[in-house]
Amino acid sequence: MSLNLELIFAILFQLAQLLLVVLAAPLLTGWVNQCQAWLQNRSGAGVLQPYRVLRKLLNKDAVIAYNASPLFRVTPYIVFGCMWLAAAIIPIIAMDLPFSQAADVIALVGVFALARVFIALAAMDIGTSFGTLGARREMLVSFLAEPALLMVLFTASMISHSTQLPNIVDTLAHHQFVLYPSLAFAALAFVIVLLAENARIPVDNPSTHLELTMIHEAMILEYSARHLALIEWASSLKLFAYIALGIALFCPYGIAEVGNWAGLPLAIIWLLMKLLLAGASLAVLETVTAKMRIFRAPEFLGTAFLLAVLGLLIHFLLGV
Amino acid sequence: MGDVGILPLDVVGWLVQFWIALGVAGLFLQRKPQFINNVIFPLSAMVSLLLAVAGMWALASSPNIMVLPLGLPDLPFHLRLDQLSAFFLILLGGASLGISIFSAGYFKTMAGGTLGLLCLEYHLFLVGMALVLLANDAYMFMVAWETMALSSYFLVTTDHSVPDIRKAGYLYLLIAHVGAISILLSFGVMQAGLGIGAYTFDAMRAGHLTQFWSSAAFLLALFGFGAKAGVLPMHVWLPEAHPAAPSPVSALMSGIMLKTAIYGILRVTFDLLGTQLWWWGVLALALGLITAVFGVMFAAVQGDMKRLLAYSSIENIGLLLVGIGLTIIFHVYGKNTLAALALTATLYHSLNHAMFKSLLFIGTGSILHATGERNMGRLGGLIHRMPWAAVLMLIGVLAIAGLPPLNGFVSEWLLLQAFLLSPGLPNNYINMLVPVAAAVIALAAALAAYVMVKFYGVIFLGQPREKALEHAHDAGTWERIGMGWLALACVVLGLAPVFVVHQLDMVTQMVLGTHLGNAATDWVFLAPVDTERASYSPLYFLLAVLGVWLLTSIAVRRLYHGRLRRSPPWDCGFPAQTPRMQDTAEGFGNPIRRIFEPFFQIEREVPSPFDTHPRYHGQSDDRLWYILYLPIKHITEKLASLAGLLQHGRIHLYLTYTFVTLIVLLVFV
Repeated sequence: MSLNLELIFAILFQLAQLLLVVLAAPLLTGWVNQCQAWLQNRSGAGVLQPYRVLRKLLNKDAVIAYNASPLFRVTPYIVFGCMWLAAAIIPIIAMDLPFSQAADVIALVGVFALARVFIALAAMDIGTSFGTLGARREMLVSFLAEPALLMVLFTASMISHSTQLPNIVDTLAHHQFVLYPSLAFAALAFVIVLLAENARIPVDNPSTHLELTMIHEAMILEYSARHLALIEWASSLKLFAYIALGIALFCPYGIAEVGNWAGLPLAIIWLLMKLLLAGASLAVLETVTAKMRIFRAPEFLGTAFLLAVLGLLIHFLLGV
Repeated sequence: MGDVGILPLDVVGWLVQFWIALGVAGLFLQRKPQFINNVIFPLSAMVSLLLAVAGMWALASSPNIMVLPLGLPDLPFHLRLDQLSAFFLILLGGASLGISIFSAGYFKTMAGGTLGLLCLEYHLFLVGMALVLLANDAYMFMVAWETMALSSYFLVTTDHSVPDIRKAGYLYLLIAHVGAISILLSFGVMQAGLGIGAYTFDAMRAGHLTQFWSSAAFLLALFGFGAKAGVLPMHVWLPEAHPAAPSPVSALMSGIMLKTAIYGILRVTFDLLGTQLWWWGVLALALGLITAVFGVMFAAVQGDMKRLLAYSSIENIGLLLVGIGLTIIFHVYGKNTLAALALTATLYHSLNHAMFKSLLFIGTGSILHATGERNMGRLGGLIHRMPWAAVLMLIGVLAIAGLPPLNGFVSEWLLLQAFLLSPGLPNNYINMLVPVAAAVIALAAALAAYVMVKFYGVIFLGQPREKALEHAHDAGTWERIGMGWLALACVVLGLAPVFVVHQLDMVTQMVLGTHLGNAATDWVFLAPVDTERASYSPLYFLLAVLGVWLLTSIAVRRLYHGRLRRSPPWDCGFPAQTPRMQDTAEGFGNPIRRIFEPFFQIEREVPSPFDTHPRYHGQSDDRLWYILYLPIKHITEKLASLAGLLQHGRIHLYLTYTFVTLIVLLVFV
């Protein structure tokens, strides 16, 4: 009986996290934008602005091109579902996540890839030059970012002898080193991947609509209303998932252990502080760097890839 | 009861004979192309299905052997059906089932005479592949191997009136034979010292070779089978022969025939050669990595859809070779569970590749039928004209891109798990190689997604780039069923990995003496080593994605509204856009060409700004062709012209040569 009760609690907890991430993700985006506004000496629209945007978009009539295929209409839902799932399997407050049994870190990379392929295909669906341009650039960025992310995750998996996220976080939260040298390299690589995959400066610029610089925005140019809302929401979820993954891998202190329900309130406070700090750092990072030319991006991401492989090599050779 | 009953090998034998009968019947029924299409090909598909079922049966029973009263005097044919053969028979049956059904619809426009001949060659090709898997002696193996090579050569050159196709066929035949000679030499090395009767595989298994000679046999086999599989630098025939052949034939070659080479490497390395050396594994691993990256890089810049798929096959063969290399390394160092994991990943990926590559190749056949166009730069928007083909091929594309929850992801996942579990090998240099290899695999997998987005996006999405595409028709009923079967296989292999791994356990048990099992007690979770280490459940994954999708779409539509309007797309304030302004295949591959520029031999013809008839022409060729093959060709031509000096066509001169040779021999011997 007790085992079943535990399972029920775990499932409830999983559902709670599902709900929490989907509601909280736009808040993080709002916080990053607000920080950027402050850094640029603007007053900003407030941290709640993403919610207002979502409400506005959801109320509008959807407009799609004459030649849009069903693939175009399905994609926002698939992308949203994938990102939601990704955010839901990363341990952020506690480690009881039954669903993470079904998808380990390699599957997590797979989920991101699935969403990316669908959005790139949808971008090509209308047949305007913008969409294809965006799809091509997105795939260009990702073919280096994805292996780099995989290598970062491998380093963490090697240290903890597991590809299950709760086990990785459990090991890293109780490790005997203050800082693993291999993880230091991995962390650097991860930051670069995070910037690239979330369409941030210096690889992409989320607030531009200038054709020379667009990647992500070019792909979703044809979307409107509820479709756009879902994609924007998915982008927020993706940013949230990446930051949560970074926290889980490189800074897991304060997370509640399996079955430790009393530790939850403290864990939530820890998480909030870490998220605030991470969002602010992202804003600073974006403010002090400049957007780079598209063909410089592969070099930038190649660096991330090499750093991640270096981290893995260090782990193989030194065992740390 | 089981002792006197029918053995799986008997059944397989009957099925193979039935295939031969079908082929011959096709030849005699040339006048009735309708009959060939609507009866013979579907019957052939039935045989494929039964063959796969017999393979499943053989997987669970002990090896059967049989000596046929055929062959030369004192050299009878030996057959053996063990788990390894059974697995590849399942692959052959499963993939050819879809391809044969598709063929029933595909060849319906072909003239009767050609069709009859094609039907015979098609079935001989299938028979050849089946017998390669069953052969239990070198003689039988080579006969079957040659049957396979020759029948496929004739199939490739079906449209022999086109000079390019004849050229492609010649290249294929040449490399196939260079490979065959190498395989023959490998068998020769293995039976050396065992006497004339030692041509059977049983004698080779029992023989003991020194390290030097077993390495020689391995290298010869790797070269020979590698030539068939398309391992670098013997890959040049693939991108030529695949576009030349009719689409179902390309599917058979890429989906199944390349796997017979993988079967050959496994058979020689693990079964015939008793012991392996660690550096064989490193060699296979390195070759596999180079082949994989090379294949996917070239696939990214192709403009012809079938060439693109051919290069993608080269990539997948590279991945399979990496799996074989890892298996050898782990096996040599006694890490049996890991060896079983790597071998399971290899076999799983063979099966997956057979399914999705066959699906994509026959899909290009449907497109070719509908549009008459192989160049992706002239296609586009076909999702509206060919919804069936579009949906089925989308499954294949997602599977080959290695996306969950389809089958390509499962084998990739298993292979990466094998890498992740590898630390602790006693050889430090290999320990250093492993993470680099994992990184290269990850890179190749990510590039494969790039290639597949390009493939699907340029062909099916966007606006039709040519006027003629308005009249494109969807795939016919037979074609849909054929593609549907293969797409279904991709989905099922993706969703039921635990079942498949359990079946593969019997193969790894036979080949390596260990099997993987499933650490999870559940049939839903795939956990190859330990649930604490890694587990994956595609079924829950799919349910979660579908659940979230349903939930959101209901929520969004119920809570708000489902109103939708259609309008022209945003034209950036420039209304004079035409569909030709969309990205072409070359355009989409351009970033890859720029990044990996040193690897390509690029020919480009760019118009000047003042051209009244601007013409752009770009071609990215294979450097290896210029570095390796052209010099070999020149040397061969030189040698031939030198040999030509001896020949004058006069009989007395030749008699003099003979006489001189005789004298020289008498003096020296």
